[in-house]
Amino acid sequence: MKGLSKDRLWAIIVLLPSIILLGIFVYGFIGRTVYVSLTDWGNDPAQAMALHPVIKFVGLDNYKELFSGFLQSRFRQELVSTIFFTVFFILGCLGAGLGLALILDRNPKGEGLWRTIFLFPMSLSFIVTGTIWRWMLQPQGGLNMAPTVLGGQPATFGWMSSTDAIWKFDWNKLPLLTASVVGLVLAWVAFGAFRRAERTRAVVAAICAALLLGWALFVGPNLHLLAAPELHGFNLALIGIIIAAVWQMSGYTMALYLAGLRGIPEELREAAQVDGATQTQMYRSVIFPLLAPISLSAMIILGHISLKIFDLVYAMSGPDNTFTSVPALNMYLTSFRQNQFAMGAAIGTILLILVAFVIVPYLSSQFRTQEGHA
Amino acid sequence: MTARAERLTPGRIGMYLILLLAALFFLVPVYLLFATALKSPDAINLATSWHWPAQLNWGSFRDAWDKIGGNLGNSLFLAVVSTLFAAVLGSLNGYALSKWKFRGANTLFALMLFGMFIPYQAVLIPLFQFIKSLGLYGSIWGLILAHMVYGLPITTLIFRNFYADVPDALVEAATIDGAGFWQIYQQVIFPISIPGFVVVIIWEFTQVWNEFLFAATLTNTNSQPVTYALSQLAGGQAVSWNLPMAGAILAALPTLLVYILLGRYFVRGLLAGSVKG
Repeated sequence: MKGLSKDRLWAIIVLLPSIILLGIFVYGFIGRTVYVSLTDWGNDPAQAMALHPVIKFVGLDNYKELFSGFLQSRFRQELVSTIFFTVFFILGCLGAGLGLALILDRNPKGEGLWRTIFLFPMSLSFIVTGTIWRWMLQPQGGLNMAPTVLGGQPATFGWMSSTDAIWKFDWNKLPLLTASVVGLVLAWVAFGAFRRAERTRAVVAAICAALLLGWALFVGPNLHLLAAPELHGFNLALIGIIIAAVWQMSGYTMALYLAGLRGIPEELREAAQVDGATQTQMYRSVIFPLLAPISLSAMIILGHISLKIFDLVYAMSGPDNTFTSVPALNMYLTSFRQNQFAMGAAIGTILLILVAFVIVPYLSSQFRTQEGHA
Repeated sequence: MTARAERLTPGRIGMYLILLLAALFFLVPVYLLFATALKSPDAINLATSWHWPAQLNWGSFRDAWDKIGGNLGNSLFLAVVSTLFAAVLGSLNGYALSKWKFRGANTLFALMLFGMFIPYQAVLIPLFQFIKSLGLYGSIWGLILAHMVYGLPITTLIFRNFYADVPDALVEAATIDGAGFWQIYQQVIFPISIPGFVVVIIWEFTQVWNEFLFAATLTNTNSQPVTYALSQLAGGQAVSWNLPMAGAILAALPTLLVYILLGRYFVRGLLAGSVKG
C-alpha cells in the first residue's frame, strides 16, 4: 500500500458522488424514518397533509400501539403471517431448487431447455406473477377446476378468499414463546461451542440462554400485552401466495445449487466412488456438506426478499384482504392512503430491524472472510 | 462422462418423469395466461377456464395496449435511463474499489451494499418528501433518481467482483508506463468491461422494469410505469380477465425476451446478487 497518491485521490473522488447519494438515500433516510416513527405525525388526520404540520415527539408510543393497541391487531396478524410466509417460502424454494439442481446435475438431455423453463419466472415482475396466479387461484376456476380436465370433481378450497387459520396462539404469550425459542437456540449454540472447546463463546451463550429461559419461566407468564386474549395463527389464505412465490423464486435456488454442484471437482466424486461409497453415502457425506454454505446464502437472500414482499400480495389479493396482508403492505397503506406517516414509519422501522437481523451478520461475515485475500 | 450415449435405465426414466412434472408446474400458468388472453370477454367463464379458445381474439392485445401502452413507454424510458446511469457509476466505483484500495475500502463497500438489502419501506416516507421537495413528485425523473441511487450497490458489487478477476499486474504495468487513474480505466479496464456491462445492464434493467413500490409511491397518472398500470388493470373487478392477461404478457415480454436471448448473462447477475458471486 502506497500513501495518498494522486491516483488514489482520484479513486476517492470518483466514489464520492455515490457515497454522498447512498449516505443520504440509505442512512439519512433511515435516520429520518426512525425519527418520524417517534412522533405523532399523521395520527391526527387534520395535521397529516398540512403544509406546516404540528408534530410532537411521542417516544415509543407508536410501537406500543402496534404491539398492544386495540386497533392494530391487523398489524400483529401480519407480523405472524410474514414469519409463517418466510418459513414456508424458504423451505419450498430450497427443496424445489435443490431437487431440480440435483436432477439437472445428472446431465439429462436438453439440460439448457429444462433450466430455461425452471428459471424464466425469475425474469418476471411480482405484479405479472401475481396477476397470473390471481386468475389461477380463483375459487371457482383455474387450479380448482384442473381435476375436471381429467374428468374429476372440482376442488373447493377458497385460496385467497379463505378465512381459516391454523396453529393459533394467544398474542399475550408471544414474549414468552420468543424468549423460550431464542433461549433454546442459545443453549444449543452454547452446547456446540462447549463441545468445540470455545470457552468464551460457550459461557456467554449459556448465560444469555439461562437469563432468557429464567425470564420465560418466572416473569413471562405474568406479563400481559393485551387486556384480552387475541388469537393469531397461520392464515390458510397465504398458501396460494406462497405457491406463487415459490413458482417465481425456486429457479433462483436451483441456479445457486447448480453453480455449487458444478464447482465440486470431479476428482472428489471419483475418490468417493473409489473408496466404495454408495450414491446415497456420497451425497450425504461429500456433496451436501459442500452445499451447506450455499443453503445459508440462499436462506438469507430469500429471507430478506420474503420479509419485504409486498407487490405479490398486492397483485394477488388486493390491498384490502387482511387475511393475506403483510407488514410491508400495511406500511404502504398506512402511510400513503391513510396518511398516518408516523405509524407507517414505525412499521417500516420494524421491517428494517427484522431484515437487519438477517443481513448484517451475513455482510459482516462475508467481509471478514474476504479481508484475508483482499 | 457426458458424451456417452444415454441408456434408459428405470432411474433415468424416473428422472425425466420428475423433470416433466416440474416443467408442467412452471408452464401451466403460462398456458392459462395465453388461453385467457386470447379469449373474447364473453367466452371467459370460470368453469371452462382450461379450454383453449375456440376463436382467437387477438384484439385483447390491442385493447390492453390502448390501456397500458403509454405506461410501457414510461417503463422503457425509466429503465434505460436509470440503468445507464447506475451502470456507468457502478463501473467507476467497482474500478476504484478493486484496483485502488485505500484504507477502509472494504468497510465502505459493505456500508454501500447494505443499501441493496434494506426494505425500501424504511426509507419511503423521507424519499417521498425529498422527491417532492425537489419538485420531482409525479415526474418520471424522480423515479429515475430513486432507481439510480438504489441501483448503485448492486452495480458496484458486480463490477467490483468483475474487476477483481483482472490481474493487478496489468494495472501495475500501466502505472510503470506512467499511466494514471483515468488512462488505466480508458486503456486497460474499460475495453475488457463489456461482459460486465452486459451483466449489469440486463440485471438492472430487469429490476427497474419489474419494480412496484417506488412506482406506486412516486408517480402520478402520466408517469406511471407498466407494473403499476397492470396492477390497476388487474385489480378492477369490473374488467374482463382477457385484458389483464394480455397486459401481463405485454408487461412481461421485454424482460422475458432479454432472459431468453441472453440467459447466460442474466444468471450471472442473479448469482452476483449473493454478494460473493
